[in-house]
Amino acid sequence: MGQETVEALRDVSFSIEEGEFVTIMGSSGSGKSTLLNILGCLDQPTSGSYEIDGLKVKDQKPNGLAKIRNEKIGFIFQSYNLLPRTSAVENVELPLLYNSAISKDIRRKRAIDALVHVGLEDRLHHTPAQLSGGQQQRVAIARSLVNDPVVILADEATGNLDTRTSYEIMALFQKLNISGKTIVFVTHEQDIANFSARTIELKDGNIIRNVQNHDIMLAAEELESLPKENI
Amino acid sequence: MKILNLLRIAWKAIILNKMRTFLTMLGVIIGVAAVITMLAIGEGSTQSIKEEISGMGSNMITISPGAGMQGGVRTDPGQMQSLKLSDYHAIKEKSSLITHISPQVSGNGQAINGAENWPTSIYGVTPEYLNIRVLELEDGSMFTDAEVKSSSKVAVIGQTVRENLFSTEEDPIGKMIRFNKIPFRIIGVLSPKGENTFGQDQDDVILAPYTTVQKRILGINYVQSIVASAISEEKAPEAVNETYSILRKEHNILTGEEDDFNVFSMDELISMFNSTSEIMTALLVAIAGIALLIGGIGIMNIMYVSVKERTREIGLRLAVGGQSMDILVQFLIEAILISVTGGLIGVSLGITATLLIEHFLNWPTSITATSIIISFTVCAFTGIFFGWYPAKKASGLDPIVALRYE
Repeated sequence: MGQETVEALRDVSFSIEEGEFVTIMGSSGSGKSTLLNILGCLDQPTSGSYEIDGLKVKDQKPNGLAKIRNEKIGFIFQSYNLLPRTSAVENVELPLLYNSAISKDIRRKRAIDALVHVGLEDRLHHTPAQLSGGQQQRVAIARSLVNDPVVILADEATGNLDTRTSYEIMALFQKLNISGKTIVFVTHEQDIANFSARTIELKDGNIIRNVQNHDIMLAAEELESLPKENI
Repeated sequence: MKILNLLRIAWKAIILNKMRTFLTMLGVIIGVAAVITMLAIGEGSTQSIKEEISGMGSNMITISPGAGMQGGVRTDPGQMQSLKLSDYHAIKEKSSLITHISPQVSGNGQAINGAENWPTSIYGVTPEYLNIRVLELEDGSMFTDAEVKSSSKVAVIGQTVRENLFSTEEDPIGKMIRFNKIPFRIIGVLSPKGENTFGQDQDDVILAPYTTVQKRILGINYVQSIVASAISEEKAPEAVNETYSILRKEHNILTGEEDDFNVFSMDELISMFNSTSEIMTALLVAIAGIALLIGGIGIMNIMYVSVKERTREIGLRLAVGGQSMDILVQFLIEAILISVTGGLIGVSLGITATLLIEHFLNWPTSITATSIIISFTVCAFTGIFFGWYPAKKASGLDPIVALRYE
């Protein structure tokens, strides 16, 4: 079996400014996962460079990468990745546990603040099993906020949710963006991309589209227009 | 600070899997409890043997006739007549390392008091015999050297003899009993001594002047053995050597010729017993060690499964900023917590089991601090050793792969 080198990304070059809400789109195999891994400092590009918050990622050792992830990046995953049988507040505290500069009291306070921010102030001590999918993703969003990152990376964050809940989550993202958060949202769904200010589309490892979205849809309004749920 | 957080994380993981953690611990618990109990039993029996031997007189030296040759025929040492009273006198005069000495002749027979009778042994000795064998008188007095010289028919009896020949209210002092038809006046009763290590009843004896036993009971003029006590337990081996040289001279044994007698000290008996009980203890420890090993493998097994099961969790921890060292330490702490907690429970269980054994089975036991320290340390290291591999495995995971692990 010979080893075949696959170039997942080629000549990809772009920058994201502070306070932007960018969607990275692409079908499977387009290289968007690789791009996300590089943006999230989980992987290093073979060549080229990546800077986050003025910091060159290229020469960082694994522990340095972990520190960047810990302090500058907030991750949100499609399948939430919450710790089972662990309360919402403890789940949110998780990134801060790996930052020894933060005391126990501050850790708890920041976790509660983050949960209040995503509207889960009355679910602090619920475990994931006691929460709905949308609520679980809110906990995950709170977790990504708790370390006050320079960028939030969301990987198909609405992929496991129904339309209504998706819109609710998108409304939350828009709210966070308005409050100044930089968000990079990876998805393959066009209608989700409509909620962001810029779309970068990948195909076979190349950027085929990098356009500003002049007609940003407001998720809160879309939510209104959805047919009311049967109760 | 950071290690405290990792400790908290590890503790949480253990708490979340109480049943599994307990089952994992069980191997360690049983292992440690077994080590402690087994060592306590081994140590206890060693100590009780030592105590009994020193109760018999730990500095005692016994001289007995050896395997001799008469015209090329080896003779039974018990039938040998090579020890003479002159040997006793020679040692008594010449030895510098012996404090008390007594010849010993003994015979079996029936002791009779009126309607009561009892089969027992009579020992012909000197008054010093009491010091040599560490015997005490409960009542009356020991016979004197003068009574030995005059072959008086006086006797000191042991508790068993007393119980079988006299009723409890009866005072045996001054009473006459007959041993093999020879009348003896009882002048003393020995304090109870109990059974010795070999299960012999040490109270089933009658002591009488050796001259009397030689002439009246056995009709012999040689001695069957000589017992003596060295000035101290430490000096006993030296005293043995000295006695050898005195007797070789006395018996005109030339260099290179075989001795016609044996001299041995309790020391040899003690070391013989020690080596036996050491083997026993080593065996017990080996078994217990295997139990601990299996416990350790149990920990490794569970930790390994746990790492597999929690791959996504590990991926998440790495993604939110956990360094691979943090993951390693977390899983290592989990393994150590399991083994150390198991160890602590094992120690208390071991102590409880030992106390129960001592209480209900009446076995001599002795819990030593060393056994607790050793088993506990071994157990902690078991945790580190068997926890290392799964922890290393967890810390080496690629976060990208781990996050998407199904």
